[in-house]
Amino acid sequence: MTGFLGVLRRDLRLALAGGGDILTLVLFFVIVGAIVPFAVGPDRELLARIAPGVIWIAAFLAMLLGLDKLFRPDRDEGTLALYRLADLSLPGMVAAKVIAHWLTAALPLIVASPFLALILAMDMDTYWRTLASLLLGTPALAAFGTFGAAVTVAIRRGGLLAPILIAPLSVPVLIFGVGAISPLGGPDQASAAMLFLAALSLMALALSPFAAGLAIDWGEE
Amino acid sequence: MSIDDTPKMSWWNRLAHPGQFVNWTRPLIWPLVAVTAALFALGLWFAFFNSPADYQMGDTVRIMYVHVPTAWLSQFVYGAMAVSAIGTLVWRHPMADVSMKAAAPLGAVFTAMALFTGSMWGRPTWGTFWEWDGRMTSTLILLFIYLGIVALWRAFDDQLRAARVVAIFTLVGAINVPIIKFSVDWWSTLHQPASVFRPDGPTMPGSILTPLFVMFFAFTFLFITLQLVAMHTEVRRRRVMTLERKAARGAGA
Repeated sequence: MTGFLGVLRRDLRLALAGGGDILTLVLFFVIVGAIVPFAVGPDRELLARIAPGVIWIAAFLAMLLGLDKLFRPDRDEGTLALYRLADLSLPGMVAAKVIAHWLTAALPLIVASPFLALILAMDMDTYWRTLASLLLGTPALAAFGTFGAAVTVAIRRGGLLAPILIAPLSVPVLIFGVGAISPLGGPDQASAAMLFLAALSLMALALSPFAAGLAIDWGEE
Repeated sequence: MSIDDTPKMSWWNRLAHPGQFVNWTRPLIWPLVAVTAALFALGLWFAFFNSPADYQMGDTVRIMYVHVPTAWLSQFVYGAMAVSAIGTLVWRHPMADVSMKAAAPLGAVFTAMALFTGSMWGRPTWGTFWEWDGRMTSTLILLFIYLGIVALWRAFDDQLRAARVVAIFTLVGAINVPIIKFSVDWWSTLHQPASVFRPDGPTMPGSILTPLFVMFFAFTFLFITLQLVAMHTEVRRRRVMTLERKAARGAGA
């Protein structure tokens, strides 16, 4: 347990001290969302209709962008080897990483999301549901992403590989995430999607530390 | 009196030796090729000359004899890969590694063929090459997963480490594939009515079912043959790499 808290504290401190990584990620998220009106035109009705999807895509891409920073610096400087040698369970270490990844790569995006909601002409009701679906769905993205980063950490130039591996697996999160917002299916459909989203997050959070720990252990020699 | 405690070599252990595996399975290849060719000849003859054209779709219904077997294989190959992955993780069986690696590109090709023939069939019957129908979407995502696995294999230098990591990813993918399928079904029924794309076609009469079954076995045997040949190729490729390394070491010394 002390190891778990130690890893978590170390990662958070590094992220906060690390010269604006979080800020860059938030900027990327906001810019992806802000570029959409230039591509589809400034029609307010159209923007309001696609806004939940746009916010989800922007969050998805921004979280994929941060994956390479999860394990690679640790591996390059040798911390990962120390984790493996230390009396520390690898799944516990990965669980701390998942939480740190969510706190540094998902929570800031959620905090910044009102800005996107504003410029994409979302109404208040839709925004609250978007917020809820982001809060419920991003843990699953963080867990899947950590697994992808763990699988590719042993590869020297694996930076682009993790997003490619993880994107197809994340399709259900996007489907239920946007399905929980869109009023197309009626309120009961939306709440069903919200429950599925929560189930996905719980399952991914519970299983990914073990799979990722195994991948790290067996990927190294 | 001494007790003989040397472990008996089971066929399973003997199979773990790549050279033994190649020696044992090499005689199987030509019979398999012959069976596959015969099944294809019979199936294609049935499909082209001895099955009726559909009263609505006309001759385009014959695409089905390629489409349905490849779509079946797109899932069957993933199952074979997942079983091999368990073999890698649990028993560290070297041939399971090889089988996993050989199956990935084959699965990708069968999945791509299913998608291609599907869109060729969809154009004349539904009027569109692509529709975000549940089955088509989940097959497309399956193709992406296959291609990701192929990319993962190619990214590693050390094939032994690659095998273990890919095995973990394959199994995680195997857990995810049903979830993806379910979510995509949920999504596409939410967004579009399932009326046009599930036409209640004629219930299949025997004249269509026979060629379909023959083609189904033909493609399955094609997969088994190709899988075996690809495994042999992979064993030889590894041996060549070892020999090259040995030669390089000798030249350096």
